Amino acid sequence: MRSTILKTASQYLLPILLLFSFFLLIRGHYSPGGGFVGGLVASIAFVLHSFANGVENTMKIIRYKPLSLIPIGLGLAAVSMFAPVFIGKPVMTSLWIPGQIPVFGNVGTTLFFDMGVYVLVVGVVLTILFTISLFSE
Amino acid sequence: MLFTVSLGLIAACLLVPFGKYLKNSKSILLALIPVVLFLYFVQRIPDVASGRVLFENTNWVPALGINLSFRLDGLSLLFALLITGIGSLIFVYASSYLKGDKFLDRFFGYLLLFMSAMLGLVLSNNVIVLFIFWELTSISSFFLIGFNNDNAESRKSALTALAITGLGGFFLLVGLILAGNVAGSYSIGDMLSQASVIKQSEYYPLIVVFVLLGAFTKSAQYPFHFWLPGAMKAPTPVSAYLHSATMVKAGIFLMARFTPILGGTPLWQYTLMAFGGFTMLYAASVSLFKKDMKGVLAYSTISALGILTFLLGLGTHEAIIAATVFIVAHALYKAPLFLITGIVDHETGTRDLSRLSGLRKVMLPVAIAGGLAALSSAGLPLTFGFIGKDLIYESTLHFTANWAWYLTALAVVTNIGLVAAGFLVGFKPFFGKEREEFGHVHLPSHLMWVPPLILAGLGLFFGLLPDLAGKFISEAAVKGILQTYVPVELKIWHGFNTVLILSLITLAVGALVYFTNPTKLQKNKAVEWLEYLRPQFFFTKLFFWVKRFATIYTNYFHNGYLRSYLIKIIIFAEILLIYELLRGGPFSIDFSRLSPISFYDVAIVGILIGALYKTLKTSSRLTAVVSMSVIGYAICLIFVIYSAPDLAMTQFTIDTLTSVLFVLVLYRLPPFLKFRITKVMIRDGVVSVLFGVLLGAICLRVLQEPTRYNISDFYAKYAYTLGKGKNVVNVILVDFRGFDTMFEIVVLSVAAIGVYSLLKLRLKSSEKE
Repeated sequence: MRSTILKTASQYLLPILLLFSFFLLIRGHYSPGGGFVGGLVASIAFVLHSFANGVENTMKIIRYKPLSLIPIGLGLAAVSMFAPVFIGKPVMTSLWIPGQIPVFGNVGTTLFFDMGVYVLVVGVVLTILFTISLFSE
Repeated sequence: MLFTVSLGLIAACLLVPFGKYLKNSKSILLALIPVVLFLYFVQRIPDVASGRVLFENTNWVPALGINLSFRLDGLSLLFALLITGIGSLIFVYASSYLKGDKFLDRFFGYLLLFMSAMLGLVLSNNVIVLFIFWELTSISSFFLIGFNNDNAESRKSALTALAITGLGGFFLLVGLILAGNVAGSYSIGDMLSQASVIKQSEYYPLIVVFVLLGAFTKSAQYPFHFWLPGAMKAPTPVSAYLHSATMVKAGIFLMARFTPILGGTPLWQYTLMAFGGFTMLYAASVSLFKKDMKGVLAYSTISALGILTFLLGLGTHEAIIAATVFIVAHALYKAPLFLITGIVDHETGTRDLSRLSGLRKVMLPVAIAGGLAALSSAGLPLTFGFIGKDLIYESTLHFTANWAWYLTALAVVTNIGLVAAGFLVGFKPFFGKEREEFGHVHLPSHLMWVPPLILAGLGLFFGLLPDLAGKFISEAAVKGILQTYVPVELKIWHGFNTVLILSLITLAVGALVYFTNPTKLQKNKAVEWLEYLRPQFFFTKLFFWVKRFATIYTNYFHNGYLRSYLIKIIIFAEILLIYELLRGGPFSIDFSRLSPISFYDVAIVGILIGALYKTLKTSSRLTAVVSMSVIGYAICLIFVIYSAPDLAMTQFTIDTLTSVLFVLVLYRLPPFLKFRITKVMIRDGVVSVLFGVLLGAICLRVLQEPTRYNISDFYAKYAYTLGKGKNVVNVILVDFRGFDTMFEIVVLSVAAIGVYSLLKLRLKSSEKE
């Protein structure tokens, strides 16, 4: 698929969609959204870009192999899951930074957990799609 | 105490990236870990000896009553000292024994893993945690037995060991959970105070049987003993450490730990006495006819484990004291015997007793260590083994009068076997004629011969000063087992009495047996019969049938056709749903309470049905995929209308990605063929329509009982107060049911890695062509 319109549009859509996905991630705790949807939207952004420019070029933009996002995401989630243990609380107790932070609202381990989910979903979707599409070519 | 368990685990994990720097002679540095732990436990001796029990508790999964709680009482301390003390020497020994091995770092990783698991096992105060560490010891033992994994025999032995101990582990878990439910707590401390409740419960016999099955498989009691001789395929330091001094004693530890909880009943007593008694006699006699030094040691270890089981079965104060002393004595002579076997094997290349002789000239320190250990094993006065043997005879002699002599005779015969077995390994290779073929043999590095010498020397040391061991270690251990204080006084000289006479008879007859050289009798008919007196035949048959069953099962359920998987999964789900609907009984639908049908609904359902028709009728794959996503989007719209924006968003993105995925895969599929036959189509139609109807029925049924559990009310109420979020869906995902999410993302990662590796492997192999 080599369409100039799509190619040009995807250049601008990629950052906007990524920003939107991040927005979804952060607002998730208060309004519809969350790490899972955010991650899916972000991966759609990359998939759209790869449609217009080819998988190799998209991989260049991401720079790291999408596969390496999986351990990062799992690690983030696991750390926020086990962090309470170190201060003597059961696993998965949510810890909160006191007070409100502008834009984010309450910030706690759950946000990091959600970020882990976000990163992991991007990693998983892109790994599966890119591997298959490279295999198909 | 958590740090003692986690230190080794962390170190083992760090070996994965940094192991390559420790492959050479620097690997001896790893011995620092057990040494540090050993010193920590030594420093706790005075505290524990004064009768205190140290506790430490960290919450893990408090909701299920599973916490990382540890207790250090006399029994735990005894084992912890053995594990870390012998562990330290084994680490030193192994760094030289396996010098230059390609996978030295891996070996030490497994060994550290095992040590931590074993420490966790003996220190845990929660039966579930105990079970986890129990399994971890089985798994690390599997890796260590199969360490020479290019050898088919060692792979097979490792599998057998894992199968037997793993099977026992299952039973143990059932027993522990039953006991925990009866006692109302998984904490060992609580179980101790609930002992009478457990003993009076109707589940008591079941609990005993299951717990004992776990203990017997681990501690190699007849008829589960045969994995242990096989496990001798492991490198010798492993055999010395796992299969003689520590891991096989985990079963003994379990029985000792549960003595105050389950013990004291005839069922417990007679079972232990019967199995222990038979095992000790059988294994002691088999051990004499082995040619392989390790074979002799393996069977004499089984025999020693039998003695320990037997003593715990007797259950008198004397018997328990004897058990605690014998555990130490056995570890102090059996480990050095294994280590010198390793040296002999390492230097001469053979462990065949009929060929080895006269090695004392070339490796005197090794011969001294072997001799000391053999003497302690024989129970010569002034060695620790003598004290242990005396106590065994005392406890059998003082048992209920009409049994005393039979039991004593059993113990004497067993010990005669052990004396001869000890001599065979500790003396035979070193005395007699020097052989020319061993002319080039020389003394190994001091890293190898010092550890067995230290251990054998300790056997002599405690033999001379038995009260030291009695006061500081045995007394606290006895208190740990019986939960009551019993004074322990160990003396070198008991006066001239029956026990001493029996000891001397044992020694004399044992020496006589040794000089008749029973290894020559190996081909004898009676001996062969003894060999086959084991249920391995039965187990081989069992394995065969399990494999047969697995093949048939796999061929039917795992045939590689996606459509077959799907239909089986759906039919199974349908059966469950039908069962659930029938169980709930009849229900009526109150149509007045449903929201009215609007114009949007009709339109969306119209699109849905149209797309469905197109999907079924089309002859192009691409059209089918697109129509499928139209169905998905129509469902999204329904979600939007009925105010589930989170669901709608997720469904929408997922549908988009699924279509992309489909399109990508389409390239790889063969052209569309119409090979569906009417029969299959009718079957698929029935299954899918039934599934839809059932799901609809379930949904309507749920509507009928909206207030039964109030789950949604709970979440809505607490989402903000507990989870600090206003979006209930997201709070559920990341907080209330965060564990589910965690497991789901793990599954996702596994799927991605699966796809990646499958396709990458295919790519690589096609590149090769």
